[in-house]
Amino acid sequence: MKVGVITFPGSNCDYDCYKAAQEVLEGETIFLWHKEHDLRGVDAVFLPGGFSYGDYLRAGAIAQLSPIMNEVRQFAAAGGPVIGICNGFQILCEAGMLPGALIRNRSLRFISRPVHIRVEQSRPPFTSEYGAGRVLRVPIAHGEGCYIADEPVLDALEAEGRVLFRYCTPDGEVTEAANPNGSARNIAGIVNEAGNVLGMMPHPERAVEPLLGSADGAPLFESLGAHLTSMMIYK
Amino acid sequence: MPAAGQLLVQPRPGDPEVTATLVEDHGLSEVEYAKILEIMGRVPTFTELGIFSAMWSEHCGYKNSKPLLRTLPTRAPWVLQGPGENAGVIDVGDGLAVAFKIESHNHPSAVEPYQGAATGVGGILRDVFTMGARPIAVLNSLRFGELDGADGARVRYLFAGVVKGIGDYGNCVGIPTVGGEVYFDAAYEGNPLVNAMAIGLLKKEELITAAASGVGNPIMAVGSKTGRDGIHGATFASAELTAESEAKRPMVQVGDPFTEKLLLEASLELIRSGHIVGIQDMGAAGLVSSSTEMAARGGTGVDIEITLVPVRERGMTPYEILLSETQERMLVVAKEGREEDVRDILGRWDLDAETIGYVTDTGRYVVRENGAVVADIPGEPLVDECPTYTREGRENPEITKLREWTPSALAPRHEERDPTWTLRRLLDSPSIASKRWVYEQYDTTVRTNTVVGPGSDAAVVRLRGTRKAIAASVDANGRYVYLNPFAGGAIAVAESARNLVCSGARPLAVTDNLNFGNPLKPEVYHQLSEAVRGIGEACRRLETPVTGGNVSLYNENPRGAIYPTPTIGMVGLIDDLEHITTAAFKEDGDAIVLLGANSAELGGSEYLKAIHGLVAGDAPALDLDAESALQGALLEAIRAGLVQSAHDCAEGGLAVALAESAIGADEARGVEASLDDELPLNALLFGEAQSRVVVSCRPGDLTTLLERMRAAGVPAAEIGRVGERGGRVSIATREGTVDAPAAELAAIYFGAIPRRMDGTPEAVDAMLRSEIDRR
Repeated sequence: MKVGVITFPGSNCDYDCYKAAQEVLEGETIFLWHKEHDLRGVDAVFLPGGFSYGDYLRAGAIAQLSPIMNEVRQFAAAGGPVIGICNGFQILCEAGMLPGALIRNRSLRFISRPVHIRVEQSRPPFTSEYGAGRVLRVPIAHGEGCYIADEPVLDALEAEGRVLFRYCTPDGEVTEAANPNGSARNIAGIVNEAGNVLGMMPHPERAVEPLLGSADGAPLFESLGAHLTSMMIYK
Repeated sequence: MPAAGQLLVQPRPGDPEVTATLVEDHGLSEVEYAKILEIMGRVPTFTELGIFSAMWSEHCGYKNSKPLLRTLPTRAPWVLQGPGENAGVIDVGDGLAVAFKIESHNHPSAVEPYQGAATGVGGILRDVFTMGARPIAVLNSLRFGELDGADGARVRYLFAGVVKGIGDYGNCVGIPTVGGEVYFDAAYEGNPLVNAMAIGLLKKEELITAAASGVGNPIMAVGSKTGRDGIHGATFASAELTAESEAKRPMVQVGDPFTEKLLLEASLELIRSGHIVGIQDMGAAGLVSSSTEMAARGGTGVDIEITLVPVRERGMTPYEILLSETQERMLVVAKEGREEDVRDILGRWDLDAETIGYVTDTGRYVVRENGAVVADIPGEPLVDECPTYTREGRENPEITKLREWTPSALAPRHEERDPTWTLRRLLDSPSIASKRWVYEQYDTTVRTNTVVGPGSDAAVVRLRGTRKAIAASVDANGRYVYLNPFAGGAIAVAESARNLVCSGARPLAVTDNLNFGNPLKPEVYHQLSEAVRGIGEACRRLETPVTGGNVSLYNENPRGAIYPTPTIGMVGLIDDLEHITTAAFKEDGDAIVLLGANSAELGGSEYLKAIHGLVAGDAPALDLDAESALQGALLEAIRAGLVQSAHDCAEGGLAVALAESAIGADEARGVEASLDDELPLNALLFGEAQSRVVVSCRPGDLTTLLERMRAAGVPAAEIGRVGERGGRVSIATREGTVDAPAAELAAIYFGAIPRRMDGTPEAVDAMLRSEIDRR
């Protein structure tokens, strides 16, 4: 299997994503340059965190116009797994590949700290290796991570089981106090209708080694790996 | 006719005439101007005067500090690059080296906190990556006035702005801010200190220096286009702040972290490509200092055609282009014939590069405008012959008197009969309280190497592909230096090293940022010279040479000078990840051991200031032999796996150190301690005697630990046991007992700064509005 990490100008978690994928997954991990028109045969795509184009207009607004995003759209439409983390989530929303938007944190300040999130759905391709309800400790680091969408959109996300992660207490309770940025319904991560495009604000790639405080992000990569392996068997 | 080797320089139409007033406005003294005339052999042009003014400013020329800085130790077998380059570099083994440097942005931050602080981070990052090192961590050392003093609203505005500026810049570039320190004291009101330190990692063979060598090699301007921002920033930073300083706000540059990120990636690629011979940040004094310093290091000259410099506004004069401090620009000396290769690499990152001149063998600094020579200066004297001064130093008699104060002169407050009250007050003091409000605004974990982030004694960043890690800390207690500059300087070094040892590292080298007042005042020069002497002595004893740094003088405002604050940034090496140690207690029942001896000292303590409103007495005594013994023995014990936690006793003394180890981590733990020293209650609990560390160990290791300390001649005593989560912090003494639920102390400790900052958003809003209205 082969996964690709896209580097936009201003991406700064591309290397972290690359290392995490390399460490957890078997197979090859490559960097993809935003000006390319070819995903070079990857089986999954990561849109990493950072400040693409400085986030100067609106987080993700310019990166979604990068040449490679055309290929990412086609790849996703064909069912390929796409994972946007932090700035990557913002880009996916700006690109219309995920509903809703990410606005400034309720506190109007950048927030960097470990938070707890609850796995709401355990299923391929991203969360099969977690049990539903499992509480993860993962860092967040963002200024614009408050997820918003219209009520009907939120209702649909809930009804269709597309909310994958929610901010919670260490015990797994979804409370207002456990919501670091004011996201609607404590939403930390969602998928598209087909379930193959994931956007999340917390950084699983920063939580794959106990040395750095948590390895709770590793099963996300393992889930992806298991999914890609099963796909290859069917191929 | 010009003298031999000199080109014909004619005054440029429209430039002002060089008069005594103009010379004075450029911050040059009569003596300095006479020297310029001697070097030039004629009256300089306006452009040349501007060049001298920038190069001979305190900021670039170190004219009042150079003789003192020369006394500092700079060598050790592991030092690959000492002072004089963009950053110091040390060898950490495995073919790897670490580049690091600290720099101040005090003056800009005093008038424009957000951009002042942001560009401070930008500049120090460029200093590190121009050495060929990828930045892996930044730290900062900040000083502000009192958050709730008479000028509280302004202080909160400056504090919030500086923190946001540092955060927004570092977060965007993607370098983790892993540690730092913040102190609040009225002495810094109106003149905050913003010191930023960057650490980078490189392969030893990729080390590059900023020298313009190779006659005929093209000089290229890279990055942002030059604008009129920041002209004379270096000169501005070399004068006292006055009521009129606000008018100099346009001198503060504006940061663009996105371009910085592109420059960072492109520069590292360029350095590895082999297409260039040298690279330097166009920082303070912009194009002038970068090009002259590179030529001086290369022993060459340069010839620059100013109209080739990409500019972003029309009608800029050579003077303005040379002195602009527009951020995110680099000067690159390429190899002859490789301009296109350089442009290809930069183009990939959407950056431009223009050839603006060539390296020459004349040794002269030549600037042309459309071919006409507007400046022609002998390069070597411009860089090296800036007059340096050894000023008269004399201690202010009031400080001599302050030092005579002894604790016996102190009448305890009635509330102090309950030492728990005193501890609560100290944990609520913003200088002691948790800085979580600050560091939660910094991305501390990006690049996935941060093993220990802010909030412990030192930050720890692992070195991928090895079993090693780097530890770093920044430290200075300005109050100690104020009361006793020699001891204070030495303590700053000792404490910084102690912090590293507590994290499991061997201290290796220092970068220092000397923040002082106006050196022309004898009492300030005395502080500077004595503090440097103290730093030198401690650095020699602890074998941590100084590899570079920054001097920021004239930190004064109409109300007086700041506390003399020599910030010590220190880097150490952890040989094995297993040795990484933090301040937090780990397990119920672990034995708590105090290393070092308590004393009756109270001078200069946070206790005196926070409880009695007093800044008096002598700085704590420091015995460098005892310090060295303590650090050596502690590091050995950590390496032997005997230590569960280690925390330096600093501001607030033993009681605060115990409380911090109990409550500083995620979950507050109890402590059951008992101190039987026959010392006054306040000194025993809150005095700041040096060379003390609170460690904890597994009960089974206690005997071995105590045995080892005894053998090393380090005082060590078991003083208690670690309690359970959610327990009580209890410290018994002969005269009284501290006793409070850990959770309650944690709430005070973590709430002190948010309470003051977030409790008054209206005040901050009002401040921001009035700032906007004033323009």
